[in-house]
Amino acid sequence: MQVTIEWYIALSTILFTIGALGVLVRRNAIIIFMSVELMLNSANLLLVAFAQQLADAHGQVLVFFVMTVAAAEVAIGLALIVVIFRTKNTIDIGEINLLKG
Amino acid sequence: MGNAILFLILAVIAIGAAILMLVSKNAVHSALYLILNFAVIAVYYILLNAPFLAMVQITVYAGAIMVLFLFVIMLLGAEESSGVLGTRRGQLTTALLLGAVLIGSFVAALGQIGGSAASSSVADTTPRNLAIILFESYVFPFEVTGVLLLVAVVGLYVMSSRLVKKD
Repeated sequence: MQVTIEWYIALSTILFTIGALGVLVRRNAIIIFMSVELMLNSANLLLVAFAQQLADAHGQVLVFFVMTVAAAEVAIGLALIVVIFRTKNTIDIGEINLLKG
Repeated sequence: MGNAILFLILAVIAIGAAILMLVSKNAVHSALYLILNFAVIAVYYILLNAPFLAMVQITVYAGAIMVLFLFVIMLLGAEESSGVLGTRRGQLTTALLLGAVLIGSFVAALGQIGGSAASSSVADTTPRNLAIILFESYVFPFEVTGVLLLVAVVGLYVMSSRLVKKD
């Protein structure tokens, strides 16, 4: 059986959906961040799969940019989580309501 | 694009690790399962003729980013957290429903595209060729990415210096 691009699309979709579900159902801010990473990774996998499908290396170069943005996002996000933890002493997003009037 | 049996075994590991990441009560376990998932995706990169990206995936994602995650989890002592069941009433049902809609729409979109044959040629994906593409076609995005990282560093400095002043 030949592995086609559809298989990679399906796998990437499933991983993306699991990531989206993680963002929706979990209340621990760190796990929500990990789910976002999972979604970024599924998009990366699809970029590489299409780069192979179309025999074009540009798709692989785009993955570098996604990785850089993800690294910056994680650094900033985790710093925000640490600051919020210092203020509220919890990272449960249900408890964080500083902007509530 | 790889052997079908190998693809399926790796897919089971990747999806299983992702689901375990989602349902683990312990945040450290979640992080470790995510590392497993990233490692499997690195194997997929090798199958997809992207060996350099596979190594970058291991060093940057499984290495740097996940170590940062583990460090913050242990720094905050946030290992034990409410699991999926700790969510509000109806939230889990709504989330599963939305997830099903997402997968369903992808399946519908997949049905629209015809089965396209893979290109018979193979792209040159040596680090040398990737660097040539990066610095010839994507010089401006590259510079913008540099600015983005600089902004991230400045933002981190501002946040952490405020933290120190407060104590």
